[in-house]
Amino acid sequence: MLSMNLEGLEMIAVLVVVVLFVKVLERFGLLEAGYDDSVEDELELSAVRHRPEGLEQLEAQTRFSRKELQILYRGFKNECPSGIVNEETFKEIYAQFFPQGDATTYAHFLFNAFDTDHNGSVSFEDFVMGLSILLRGTVQEKLNWAFNLYDINKDGFITKEEMLDIMKAIYDMMGKCTYPVLREEAPRQHVEVFFQKMDKNKDGVVTIDEFIDCCQNDENIMRSMHLFENVL
Amino acid sequence: MAAGVAAWLPFARAAAIGWMPVANMPMPVAPSEKNKRQDELIILNVSGRRFQTWRNTLDRYPDTLLGSSEKEFFYNEESKEYFFDRDPDVFRSVLNFYRTGKLHFPRYECITSYDEELAFFGIIPEIIGDCCYEEYKDRKRENAERLMDDQEDNKDAKLPNMTFRETMWRAFENPHTSTMALVFYYVTGFFIAVSVITNVVETVPCGSSPNQKEVPCGERYTVAFFCMDTACVMIFTVEYLMRLFAAPSRYRFMRSVMSIIDVVAILPYYIGLVMTDNEDVSGAFVTLRVFRVFRIFKFSRHSQGLRILGYTLKSCASELGFLLFSLTMAIIIFATVMFYAEKGSSSSKFTSIPASFWYTIVTMTTLGYGDMVPKTIAGKIFGSICSLSGVLVIALPVPVIVSNFSRIYHQNQRADKRRAQKVQKARLARIRISKTGSAVQSSAFLHSKRNGLFNEALELTSSIDEDQRLSKSTSLLESQHHHLLHCLEKTTNHEFVDEQYYQQSYLEAGMQNYPSRSPSLSSQDGVTGTCCTRRSKKHHKPLPNTSAPAHIPPLKHTHQLGLQELSTIHIQPLSTSRSSLNMRVDEQAPLNCQSSQITTAIISIPTPPVTTPEGDAHLPAGPAHQNVVKVSAL
Repeated sequence: MLSMNLEGLEMIAVLVVVVLFVKVLERFGLLEAGYDDSVEDELELSAVRHRPEGLEQLEAQTRFSRKELQILYRGFKNECPSGIVNEETFKEIYAQFFPQGDATTYAHFLFNAFDTDHNGSVSFEDFVMGLSILLRGTVQEKLNWAFNLYDINKDGFITKEEMLDIMKAIYDMMGKCTYPVLREEAPRQHVEVFFQKMDKNKDGVVTIDEFIDCCQNDENIMRSMHLFENVL
Repeated sequence: MAAGVAAWLPFARAAAIGWMPVANMPMPVAPSEKNKRQDELIILNVSGRRFQTWRNTLDRYPDTLLGSSEKEFFYNEESKEYFFDRDPDVFRSVLNFYRTGKLHFPRYECITSYDEELAFFGIIPEIIGDCCYEEYKDRKRENAERLMDDQEDNKDAKLPNMTFRETMWRAFENPHTSTMALVFYYVTGFFIAVSVITNVVETVPCGSSPNQKEVPCGERYTVAFFCMDTACVMIFTVEYLMRLFAAPSRYRFMRSVMSIIDVVAILPYYIGLVMTDNEDVSGAFVTLRVFRVFRIFKFSRHSQGLRILGYTLKSCASELGFLLFSLTMAIIIFATVMFYAEKGSSSSKFTSIPASFWYTIVTMTTLGYGDMVPKTIAGKIFGSICSLSGVLVIALPVPVIVSNFSRIYHQNQRADKRRAQKVQKARLARIRISKTGSAVQSSAFLHSKRNGLFNEALELTSSIDEDQRLSKSTSLLESQHHHLLHCLEKTTNHEFVDEQYYQQSYLEAGMQNYPSRSPSLSSQDGVTGTCCTRRSKKHHKPLPNTSAPAHIPPLKHTHQLGLQELSTIHIQPLSTSRSSLNMRVDEQAPLNCQSSQITTAIISIPTPPVTTPEGDAHLPAGPAHQNVVKVSAL
């Protein structure tokens, strides 16, 4: 009986060894354990395509001439053949202009500012509307756009936290190798300065009216608003 | 900058409006586009096939033929197009490079014609995109090897004035050069065959006299075999000595595999000659005879295929080693399992695990001799699992290994070459970056910033000249990009510097307190050249608090005096250390009084001033006020 028990034990030990062997093979990938379903992802990507509205409509909605719209669209389509920009592509494109720093955070805010209908992608219409305001809009409209950019949660108020996020994103674009050396509190100080200037009633938030008022009184800002008018 | 992204530069510049309300300093002036033409289509007629593209597309790469004024040489006045008498198929790839920024190498194209076209259009082949680069390099290498082979074939042509030694060596290496060499080749081949057959026949039992047991032929006809052996060894020795004599580098020859095989093949005979009398070592002598079989390897001189096989085995060694390793693993596992499964049964052959190895190997290779069989049920179950897995582990990979030979062979070659290419590619990637990428883009920005600063300092008001100067050295696209980066600098009140200066400033800021002050002053105000204009403004309050809490309003008035000096000082820092900056500031009289003020201020403060980047986030509040208070008191 003892020998039988021993045999049984040995059998069990042997079985355990075999199971381990199989598991090891699985680990090495020699036995297929799962099936990849990445095929569906491919289909999803290819299905998304976008065609913009007609040229006449865009001409009516924006302040660009026909030729300018053509040039813009050609550049747009070249980089994004599917007709829409998703956030990743947007970040990649924008980051190429700022090689020394990290432009992804700011690009994220910029993306949200351009994506007016908040559907996660910027189509050519969004793109051209945004540009129309920036390049051909009145100062009021430009300031409105800037306010919209800073107001991350779009509640009509710029809080210090929102401004700090934006400021950090801007400073991130500078990268590490700056002169003078970038310190941790530089964005915060910049935000303090900004709020001192803009927040007239000192309630800790900047409303659109305070913002526009203050900017219109600042010559520097006024002058710089006209800086990029001949971009296109 | 990538071609496509250049189209987005207007967008990036427009988006810069988002920085304007945040910036406290005025923005630099935008470069004007005086020579902006309406984008026009140009026609490129390449051997009759007309390609059309925008002029701007071609201008993206100004250092190529199509992007520069060199194409004007090919302008055809009558037809108002540019005519090139080149291959239109390859031109497709060239033009696509301008359009997409990526140069592709089509597989069906001949490598030399492609290279020629690229050279004609002034495009360096290293720009070929990653998708096609490997293919291009492979083809190029094949071509180079083919050329080398061709050259070597030509080398075999008989050169005049070859010494006897060289002739002999050539004859040995390539038997087709002369009749004598061919004769020698066949004679040695024949004798190798004879020697091998002799060795084999020696052991066959010959017919014997009825009263004796069967003896091998070697013992029956000892003398005959001995004579044959002697003759063969004579021939081999003579051949070896002749090769040794003719070899251009004897040392290298003696180290080569073939010569070692030769030596090993003939040594046993000589050792046998020497040792025949001594009976003790005759056992060892018999073993030595085994080495005579190595004579068969001498055939590899005669057979190209054997050499290739040997070479591939050598290069597949790692793969074969891995196969052996996994086999050993499986054998050990199954041997252990079989041993313990069969332990219970009596009179089992599985006496130990090593003893079970034999069973496992025989079963896994599906040989199945049957000298060891499991008797218990568990043993039979595991034995069948063993043989099934043997089929998987051995029989399946064998054809794969066979096909792996060529794949692994090429792969090994390619891995080594890729490593060598990587070293070269890293260098080339640097060249590439210097043409189109971002690293020098930023340093180009810094470089033009220096030039721009200098110009700004000299001419405060005239911006037009500065633009002219800028646009002379950089393209419009670059100047616009630089303007964008400049705006960002203004917004954040910090500047882009290159790596080494950053390291320098980081290190030195820890060591010297004083210089950390003056450059910060110059960086804020001297750089822009607009401090005078700002002085006249009432809204200069934000400035002191932004980047240098230690900035002191009373000191600003000195700027009008030393504006130019300050900006030149600032331009220097990339090459000089801070200490020399220190000295330069000292030299200037207008700043002296200020410097004395500053030194006193610093002496009174035990802790380093806030502008040093030591990461002390806690310092700003206290010393900053201290600084301000103390200096204004002075």
